[in-house]
Amino acid sequence: MHNFNYHLAADVQDAVAKLSKSEDGKIISGGMTLLPTLKNRLSAPSDLIDLGNIDALRGVVVSKTEVTIKGMTCHADVAANADLQRVLPALANLAGIIGDPAVRHRGTIGGSVANADPAADYPAAVVGLDGVVETNQRRINGDDFFISLFETALEPNEVITAVHFKVPDAAHYMKFRHPASGYAVVGVMVARYGKKVRVAVTGAGPNVFRVPAMEAALEQNFAPEAIANVAVDADDLLGDMHCSAEYRAHMVGVYARRAVAAIVG
Amino acid sequence: MGEFAMGQPVARFEDPRLLRGGGRYIDDLVLPNMAHGYVLRSPHAHAKILSIDTSAAQKLPGVLAVLTGQDWADSTFADLPTATGRKRRDGTPMYRPPFPGLVKDRVRYVGDCVAFVVAKTIAQAMEAAELIEIDYEPLPAITSTADAILPDAPRVWEETPDNIHFVHTEGDKAATDAAFAKAHHIAKQRLVLTRVTAASMETRGAVGDYDAAADRYTIYSPLQRALVFRAELMTTLRVPESKIRVVAGDIGGSFGMKSGVFNEVGIVLLASKIVGRPVKWISTRSDSFLCDAHGRDNVTDVELALDKDGKFLGMRVKTIAAVGSYTQPGSESGPVGNLGTLAGVYTTPAIDVDVTAVFTNTNPMRPYRGNGRPEAAYVVERIIDVAADEMGIDPVELRRRNLIPPEAMPYKTALSFKIDCGEFEKNMDMALVMGDYAGFEARRAAARKRGKLRGIGVSNSIERAAAPGFEGSEIRFDRTGSVTVLSGAVTQGQGHETAFKQIVCDDLGVSPNDVHYLQGDTDQVFFGEGTGGSRTAGIGGSALKMATTKIIDKAKKIASHMMKVDDVECVEGLLTSRSSNRSMTMKEIAKASLDPKNLPVGMEAGLNASAVYTAHVQNYPNGTHVCEVEIDEETGQVELVEYNVVDDVGNVINPLLLKGQIYGGVAQGVGQILMEEIRFDPESGQNLSGSFMDYAMPRAEHFPHITVKSSPVPTQTNLLGVKGAGEAGCVGAMPALANALVDAMSHLGVKHIEMPATPERVWRTMEAAKAARA
Amino acid sequence: MINVTMTVNGREMTGEVEARTLLVQFLRDHLRLTGTHVGCDTTQCGCCIVHVDGKAMKSCTMLAVQAQGKAITTIEGLAAKDGTLHPMQQAFRDNHALQCGYCTPGMVMMGIDIARRLPDADEATIRHQLEGNICRCTGYQGIVEAIKSASAVLNGKQEGGSHA
Repeated sequence: MHNFNYHLAADVQDAVAKLSKSEDGKIISGGMTLLPTLKNRLSAPSDLIDLGNIDALRGVVVSKTEVTIKGMTCHADVAANADLQRVLPALANLAGIIGDPAVRHRGTIGGSVANADPAADYPAAVVGLDGVVETNQRRINGDDFFISLFETALEPNEVITAVHFKVPDAAHYMKFRHPASGYAVVGVMVARYGKKVRVAVTGAGPNVFRVPAMEAALEQNFAPEAIANVAVDADDLLGDMHCSAEYRAHMVGVYARRAVAAIVG
Repeated sequence: MGEFAMGQPVARFEDPRLLRGGGRYIDDLVLPNMAHGYVLRSPHAHAKILSIDTSAAQKLPGVLAVLTGQDWADSTFADLPTATGRKRRDGTPMYRPPFPGLVKDRVRYVGDCVAFVVAKTIAQAMEAAELIEIDYEPLPAITSTADAILPDAPRVWEETPDNIHFVHTEGDKAATDAAFAKAHHIAKQRLVLTRVTAASMETRGAVGDYDAAADRYTIYSPLQRALVFRAELMTTLRVPESKIRVVAGDIGGSFGMKSGVFNEVGIVLLASKIVGRPVKWISTRSDSFLCDAHGRDNVTDVELALDKDGKFLGMRVKTIAAVGSYTQPGSESGPVGNLGTLAGVYTTPAIDVDVTAVFTNTNPMRPYRGNGRPEAAYVVERIIDVAADEMGIDPVELRRRNLIPPEAMPYKTALSFKIDCGEFEKNMDMALVMGDYAGFEARRAAARKRGKLRGIGVSNSIERAAAPGFEGSEIRFDRTGSVTVLSGAVTQGQGHETAFKQIVCDDLGVSPNDVHYLQGDTDQVFFGEGTGGSRTAGIGGSALKMATTKIIDKAKKIASHMMKVDDVECVEGLLTSRSSNRSMTMKEIAKASLDPKNLPVGMEAGLNASAVYTAHVQNYPNGTHVCEVEIDEETGQVELVEYNVVDDVGNVINPLLLKGQIYGGVAQGVGQILMEEIRFDPESGQNLSGSFMDYAMPRAEHFPHITVKSSPVPTQTNLLGVKGAGEAGCVGAMPALANALVDAMSHLGVKHIEMPATPERVWRTMEAAKAARA
Repeated sequence: MINVTMTVNGREMTGEVEARTLLVQFLRDHLRLTGTHVGCDTTQCGCCIVHVDGKAMKSCTMLAVQAQGKAITTIEGLAAKDGTLHPMQQAFRDNHALQCGYCTPGMVMMGIDIARRLPDADEATIRHQLEGNICRCTGYQGIVEAIKSASAVLNGKQEGGSHA
């Protein structure tokens, strides 16, 4: 790993100030993706600005209509939140199957969302649960946040402070793990809001995406068989030696149906 | 029977130390003034090195030396030892490619050692390595084992235009041809044994320390055979063996992989000599995928000839096996050393085996957990299931018709095995009861209702353990009666310390707290061969048994002399004379043995004994695995739901250790069948599975509870009646699981599935079978 | 260079590190607590797990400076001063949950974490909870059994026998 300057930010403003002052600085939150990247010398930032001491960035706020998870909340705390388990169990369950228990003790929602790894789980929730990403500057709709592989709508000096989710009538997240890394090869979040339905897929493509044809079919008939013949195009998906694009496309269909089935009971 | 006697589940003596963080692995070693080294590896599978410029790297602060292939060539060192003894098809000797520590003008696999940077810190060494400028001219590369013998395949070595390293035949071709001529049915299958890696949790590493004043080399490195390692290293260092000390330390797993003299061992010693400091090299995990020797990797065509009743008449096996780009002593044994397992536990009268070993632009190959045994068991046990399916005979029934009966022992198979003992049908019946084979169809039907395809697989396996050889051991009583036990064996996790202390404590009546176990240091251990090939319990254990017998004999003489009686007996270490009603402990004898008045005239003082046990014949551990899987028909995901093993490893020294070996072996077999694979890009020759992000390792959630029962038939081939246990689990697991997978899908018309049976491959296999039916 | 201070196994420890120094490097190279191991470089294997403020974390994926002011427990900090093993360590021995011993420190630290968070974990749950810990020797069976039995002891559900 190349060396860098390390800064412990006192608050978000301080972090942004240090970030803008640095030559090629990066924010570090949980570091679960960033540190392995640095260790493998795939990236060499001049400065790391650590949000680890900002307690105001930790916490889960649950109301009947909205869930707010502050940026530095680790996955384990999200998964274990009793209010969240009651109001939006799909989100607690999603957080509870990210990485492994030790990773969940450090990895944060802000880091995961900002990094936009195509195989991360949270993007499926941000898009599937009609989320809003709140930064030190603005609120960004979940649908507009993820641009492509490791690319988001975040500006250079923008720091995620919280992610808001709209509480659905029902939702379910299904994840097919990569055989080696454990990351999501296919992660499908299905959420029903009255007559509206969201189907968001992470892992399979270069970026999280919705499946409008499935949403339309489910809005007509919220049942697994309604989407039995709705296929996603393998040409738009990723493939590797473990899981080809064609297989991922197949698995999106299977897991979307299973998520619907889980909701219907 | 004493608490440490044969068969007692004694908790391991090494555990408290290891559990408290007291292990001393190679990366824990720090020597005064130690420098750190980093190997710059080839990024090409095959290329000419046109030029290397290390000048910028040399100038970086902290850098002590930058070595290249030229430095290696200019040094006093010879190249690394290579494999010997095999021939090509025309009878000419095989080509033995040179194996320098650092290559000079050509790289032959991604990972080949090109330069070595020595610096005060590893960070400095890595930064300097980035400044080395190398001009490569890439050449076409061949990484596919099956394609290596094609006429237009790129040549790994100019000296072998056909890429063939050696050819080996075994069995009786004429008799096999005759058997096939009268066959009622011939089952055929191509089987691809994938390339995998040992991935011991501790990666390889080495610390070289050259003492200029004494002109003596010390190498610290995890290994399996300290004294053999020293003898091999001698040929590279070109000094007498006595000028070399090899120290193994604690070893974080090896499974065959760490048994060779690798490039980095030679390199750190050369570097230490040049910079005048100890030099440490530690492999990172990503580095390990590029530089460790790999295992398995062959393509086998097998045919089984049967008569109308399903009696095996003959078997033909034709294999192309990879040896990689370079060879090491022992690397030739993987493709040919354990072909005897192909005969299985069956009476097949004629077998014809033909193995072609080929060079490819890939990592060198070494033994890996079973070293040819799992490969061979997979071949015979898979083709039996294929034949059973084609002939409409239950696979268990087909096996039963061909088993070697106990009354036929000793039994000479059509290959190299002369099996001394074994009760194969009993093993199989026991395992079938444990796995409720009779009730399987009900479970299959129940699973079907849950949308799961359930399959059951059976394998019988047998392998050669403890091949002829020797092992040394030594028992030293100290002045106060505590004991140091030394062995030429080297544990890498198997629990030698416990098994050996059991023997010593049970025979000599000493407390384990008084016994220190020492291994893996050639300045301490006088004689021995090391650990590998499931040999240590049988050969190393017998050597220790010889030593305890010598101690007891001597102790009896001392006791007789001291008590002035002639009826001393030794029971669990207590020396007792019935006539005088007196007794002495071994500890008392040991103390007394240092006072001249206690010794018979002419007896040497002290209670010490060394022994070398020579095994003239191998033994044959065997067993049956029965396992069940459930496949998700929509996704292809496989769940291993039941696993039962019956093993015959002869007498059991410690059932805890034995079961640990079986569980671990099963896990490695399951890993290869379901997920593990080293893959190379066919175009570029790049290793596509270069980290745990891409190389899938079996984890706890991939296994059900495994049940292991023993059905021991003690062997007469060693003093303890034990057969080898280290490889058995892996040998049985691969075919049992593969058979279960095919069974689960056979109703769809699936005849075979290649490893690894990843979800996608299983799904595609089912889809293809369905499409073929439609 | 940066000064860091943290409590390691109950003792306050100070050291001078580079920003890039990983916690595991600080523990192993600076403090010579070599029981914490490194088995990979992609945060997969769990050999390096320690407790940070009582929670299992991978010390290979954390900077030493990020542990400033925190309480670290490593494998060396579990047994009593007289050498009596922690119930999790004892259970690992009793259940033959280790062979080469290299993954063991991380497994033990994760086992304690599982017992703390999920006192009622059954075998299947424990297996899932070990998704971030790789063992190459044991086939995991002894490890799973050890965690289950130690968890019962640690959560007061079973007499711990001589080692309780």
